Amino acid sequence: MSTGERLQAIDLRRVRAVSGMRRWWSRLPRGTRFAVLAVVAVLLYLLPVLNPPIITTPDSDFATVLFTVTTYCLAALGLNVVVGMAGLLDLGYVGFYAVGAYSVAMFASPSSSIATKYPWLVCVPIAIALSMIAGAILGGPTLRLRGDYLAIVTLGFGEIVRLSAVNSPGLGAAAGITSIPHPPGALNGQPIFSVLDAKPYYWLGLTLVFVVVALVRNIENSRVGRSWLAIREDEDAAELMGVPTFKFKLWAFAIGAAVGGLSGAMFAGKQGFVSPDSFPVLTSVLFLAAVVVGGAGNRLGVIVGAIAVAYLPERFRGFQNSRYMIFGLALILMSIFRPQGLIPNRRREVELADRKLDEVGVEVNA
Amino acid sequence: MRQRHIGRFAAVAVAIALAVAGCSSSSSTSGGGSTPAASGGSSGSCDVSLGFFGALTGQYANLGVNIYDGVKLAIDQHNKKNPGCQVGLVKYDSQGSPDQAPALAQQAINNPKVVGIVGPAFSGESKAADPLFAQAGLTTITPSATNPKLADNGWKTFFRILGNDNAQGPAAAKYITNVLKATKVFVVDDASEYGKGLADVVRKSLGSAVVGNDTVQSGQTDFSATVTKIKASGADAVYYGGYYPEAGLLVKQMRGAGVTATFVSDDGSKDPGFIQAAGGKDANGSILTCPCLPPDKAGGTFFADFKAAYGQEPGTYAAEGFDAANVFLAGIDAGKVTRADLLSFVASYKGQGVTKQISFDSKGEVSQVSVWAYKVENGQIVADQVIN
Amino acid sequence: MKFLIDNFWTLTSTGLTQGAIYALIALGYTLVYGVLQLINFAHSEVFMVGSFFAMWTLNALASHEGHAGALLIIGLLVLAGIAAMIGSGITALFVEFIAYRPLRRRNAPRLVFLISAIGASIAISEAFGIFISRNILPVPQLVQPKVVLTLFGSQIYNMQVIIVAASIVMMVGLDQFIRRTRLGRGVRAVAQDQDTAALMGVNKDRVIALTFLLGGLMAGGAALLYTQQFGLTRFNVGFLLGIKAFTAAVLGGIGNLRGALLGGLVLGLAENYGSALVGSQWRDVVAFVLLIVILMFRPTGILGESLGKARA
Repeated sequence: MSTGERLQAIDLRRVRAVSGMRRWWSRLPRGTRFAVLAVVAVLLYLLPVLNPPIITTPDSDFATVLFTVTTYCLAALGLNVVVGMAGLLDLGYVGFYAVGAYSVAMFASPSSSIATKYPWLVCVPIAIALSMIAGAILGGPTLRLRGDYLAIVTLGFGEIVRLSAVNSPGLGAAAGITSIPHPPGALNGQPIFSVLDAKPYYWLGLTLVFVVVALVRNIENSRVGRSWLAIREDEDAAELMGVPTFKFKLWAFAIGAAVGGLSGAMFAGKQGFVSPDSFPVLTSVLFLAAVVVGGAGNRLGVIVGAIAVAYLPERFRGFQNSRYMIFGLALILMSIFRPQGLIPNRRREVELADRKLDEVGVEVNA
Repeated sequence: MRQRHIGRFAAVAVAIALAVAGCSSSSSTSGGGSTPAASGGSSGSCDVSLGFFGALTGQYANLGVNIYDGVKLAIDQHNKKNPGCQVGLVKYDSQGSPDQAPALAQQAINNPKVVGIVGPAFSGESKAADPLFAQAGLTTITPSATNPKLADNGWKTFFRILGNDNAQGPAAAKYITNVLKATKVFVVDDASEYGKGLADVVRKSLGSAVVGNDTVQSGQTDFSATVTKIKASGADAVYYGGYYPEAGLLVKQMRGAGVTATFVSDDGSKDPGFIQAAGGKDANGSILTCPCLPPDKAGGTFFADFKAAYGQEPGTYAAEGFDAANVFLAGIDAGKVTRADLLSFVASYKGQGVTKQISFDSKGEVSQVSVWAYKVENGQIVADQVIN
Repeated sequence: MKFLIDNFWTLTSTGLTQGAIYALIALGYTLVYGVLQLINFAHSEVFMVGSFFAMWTLNALASHEGHAGALLIIGLLVLAGIAAMIGSGITALFVEFIAYRPLRRRNAPRLVFLISAIGASIAISEAFGIFISRNILPVPQLVQPKVVLTLFGSQIYNMQVIIVAASIVMMVGLDQFIRRTRLGRGVRAVAQDQDTAALMGVNKDRVIALTFLLGGLMAGGAALLYTQQFGLTRFNVGFLLGIKAFTAAVLGGIGNLRGALLGGLVLGLAENYGSALVGSQWRDVVAFVLLIVILMFRPTGILGESLGKARA
């Protein structure tokens, strides 16, 4: 066991280093912190214009890649509510992403079977609402299940959504739905969101990421967030202390699904075309990997994770043939060397420290 | 990952299966001049490139590599003949995924040297990428995406150098009724855009001869429920719209259950993988239709040149890729080195390619379409006859 | 509906055959879950590697088509089965050593085990795709299809009988191994309470490795049967089968060996009946809806979970 202890000690040191940085950051004057954040935000917005040499993607359009990264960030933030905050294992998150994308496609595209031709902006709230309903429908009967049962049921749900789309002519079947309108807005008579310029989509996506981060932050610090935390740490104890666990788990599912739906709506608005091919099981796995690699429960962490999952493969297109293999190996190495994620959640640091004390090492549910 | 394009990336080894057909008649007319217009050489520096857009890695790579080899051969031949005009070739490896397509299309558009694109290879990625190309005025000639609806989007830059599924479906139906004389046909599809689209055309063309339908899932390996249905229907022919992995397994399980109906499928099944999946002998007697010319029937010295360049015979759609690249090269040699000029050149192009007489109608479809029936004999796919 | 009734027995026999293969793979999930309470996502690749080993052995030894005596066929099948079990067993141990053991040492959160197993699954499958082939690879089928008996008007083929019989023999063997041997007792002890078992002198790491190995052996057997039934394999063949087998394990009650058998058979039958009723394109949807419905009423599967507990 001594190797194990040594390894745990190393982990603990690493975690301390991160929390040290965190302490340094929180001790900076408020004004300084604000200024640094503002500069970072501006730089982020300017990324596709600056095209910084090493960061830019040499083999594919940088702005489009950045946009894709923002959709992954949104999805990871939503999934983080479910997995990181409430501790519910969801392997079918792509289902909500698909519901969001299809809602926009169905209500906005003139070539869909209902063809209500609502503008994109009207469809986004519809997409969010429908995703939430889908989350509640899935959660209602299944949230009483324990962790791993939930995993396979959610995985099944993701596949049910995809296969229903493949097999329903009303949803465009395998061919999907084309000519989905783009987000609105015009500048000097030219549409802002055109086919050829991905930058405005990226800016919109980035803005939404900031908005969602702020919203999720508020929820996390509210009564709901504290209930999630209690459920994650010990569901039975939480129930005994008077937390209506089922209700809050359902909320976690619905809120997570809503963010996923928003991400899907963004995707549909940019791509102008959805088909079941865009929503395979593997995408759910990628989303989950983003959350866990980044650090489940930590907002900044999951964003870093999403960037790693969505950006790195495009940056290193040269390794295309072997990129999934490298990705798989990277997941193993990450799990071994940074089990708490790149940027761990503060609570989890405490958990780790707890376990250090607990010689036998009690399993902690996540 | 479980896309339905599986069948389109015909194994490179397609050539091996075509060897029988190939070896017998590869000594076709000499005079490589059949490749259009290596005219004047337009000695001026033509610092332009063509793009190849399709899967070069990943699950669907085989078909993309076939096409890429054909394109590269055309460009190499051109550059050899025109030392003063070296045309480049840029790869856009989409892995066949519609999600990766827009960023790559945008990248191609941002590169001012790229004046024409051979591809996108699949229908799904075409729908994601072609709107961008259309907006940017960058001409695309697809050598393999056969979804009929692609031509209905009003993309001025869209051209297709082979017959679409609306040509193949009725031809298959005609073959089933006229040649096979089948009166009871069971139609199966794989729910994919391609397979279901094609099967629906066949269903419509066959009319009352259809005695039963079923849809399977791609990736499925156990077709016992479908086979039971086929057996119960007493069909004398089975049409399958889809790709070779499922097609091969289906025909094998049919034979295993004692169903002797003739098995007819499409170009997505025209792949040695079909025979492998069927376990060799069970594939024999199957009919595969394809809007593609048997490679050895390709005009000029293409067949020999390809073999000399790559050490293997051209696979499915290699000749179409070669023709598509040559259309662009003819334009470049005629001094059409801007995207706009090249677009109007391609739209009004008329010339003899190795696969067919090439000219495009107003929707970008190639005017002359021939659908061939191929037959599996002794574990080889051999050309049977052209369907008129 | 009429079709379902008319062909009920044919659908039943083919469904049971498919279900038996699900069940054998499901055992691997169930064993690891029973002991570690973890989903071994890489088990699908354990199966895949076994099918490749079976293919290589048969390609090397079996002459194409016409093979002589029944004895020779049985001998070849046994050899291929051993090869498949070795391949699967090695892969299972490899997964344990690379993706699980280092994490156990560090007391990593459970979610992280899942991610590293997913990573191992992707890496192994892609490595086979890159270094061997992404194509469908044919495997020689040694048993000529023959109708051995006709039951209620439905024909039963020899291969179907072989698959179901072989699966049941393997499962009974495993069940007895766990119940009666010393090593089996170790597995049950660790499944019940890891730490107490360790205190009682059970080598925990070795028992866990043994568990992975046993699951691998079962997957190897399933791999041989699969290649003989369908005559092919592919680098991603494990993916869909793995999901189905995992579904079967959960359906029967994960952690419960008999549950795996029951879950596999129920799933195989439900898929076939469902395909006949609503069309084959809804096959997977039928499977997953069935899973959700059963879990709603039996939250721990049909037979409930137990490896150590119920049968201690």
